[in-house]
Amino acid sequence: MKEQNYIKLEFPSRSSNEFFARSAVAAFAAQLDPTLEELGDVKTAVSEAVTNAIVHAYPDSIGRIVMRLRILGGNTLEIMVKDFGKGIENVQEAMKPLYTTGGSERSGMGFTIMESFMDKLRVRSEPGKGTTVVMQRAIRLRVGRR
Amino acid sequence: MKIAASFSSGRLIVYLSGELDHHEAGGAIRAIGALIEEHMPRECVIELSGLSFMDSSGIAVIINAGRKMRTYGGRLRVENPPEQARKVLEASGIDRLIAVAMNS
Repeated sequence: MKEQNYIKLEFPSRSSNEFFARSAVAAFAAQLDPTLEELGDVKTAVSEAVTNAIVHAYPDSIGRIVMRLRILGGNTLEIMVKDFGKGIENVQEAMKPLYTTGGSERSGMGFTIMESFMDKLRVRSEPGKGTTVVMQRAIRLRVGRR
Repeated sequence: MKIAASFSSGRLIVYLSGELDHHEAGGAIRAIGALIEEHMPRECVIELSGLSFMDSSGIAVIINAGRKMRTYGGRLRVENPPEQARKVLEASGIDRLIAVAMNS
């Protein structure tokens, strides 16, 4: 799919940036004229991906998180969240509902929510090098849209 | 995020408003835990109508409150989640374990 627009952001893995990350996605996605429900879905998925990077990639330190947002053909929004942290040994296991290594303040539902709120989800990870999450969501074209 | 509470006749109502994410979840878990310990209610209601955003961190807040209520032999209910929070509750399946009700 052809890229029509993009932005790339980098921020440290501080939990105060979770709000910033989903607000930035909402502002960028506005050009696709999403419904409130679509916007809520996308913000939720981004919040999960960025929180995973903050909690799991850099458990004892502050590291870099890169977020790239693209608009592709077919009114599709693509979100990439990349970290350079400790990586995931077994991605399939980490994606199972309720699986968490984050203690009692995490529910283990992050990947489940990303999967159910987005159309596509890919996770690549290498222990010691980092994790990349790429998600896509087609935003429906509305009647009467400019 | 803001937390407010009211207590009467064995019923604790905790009102959450604003955005509930991982940044806010730890504080919310501790604040709700302290309220339950203080009042030892028979029923605790987590009132979500004031939330403008909630991700899976909210599930952890609810699970922790439910666990705390069980240690005191009480019940937990979740009430009035806005649409976005309701979808997160449904996707997680927590609505099959803890009563979620819409009152208005």
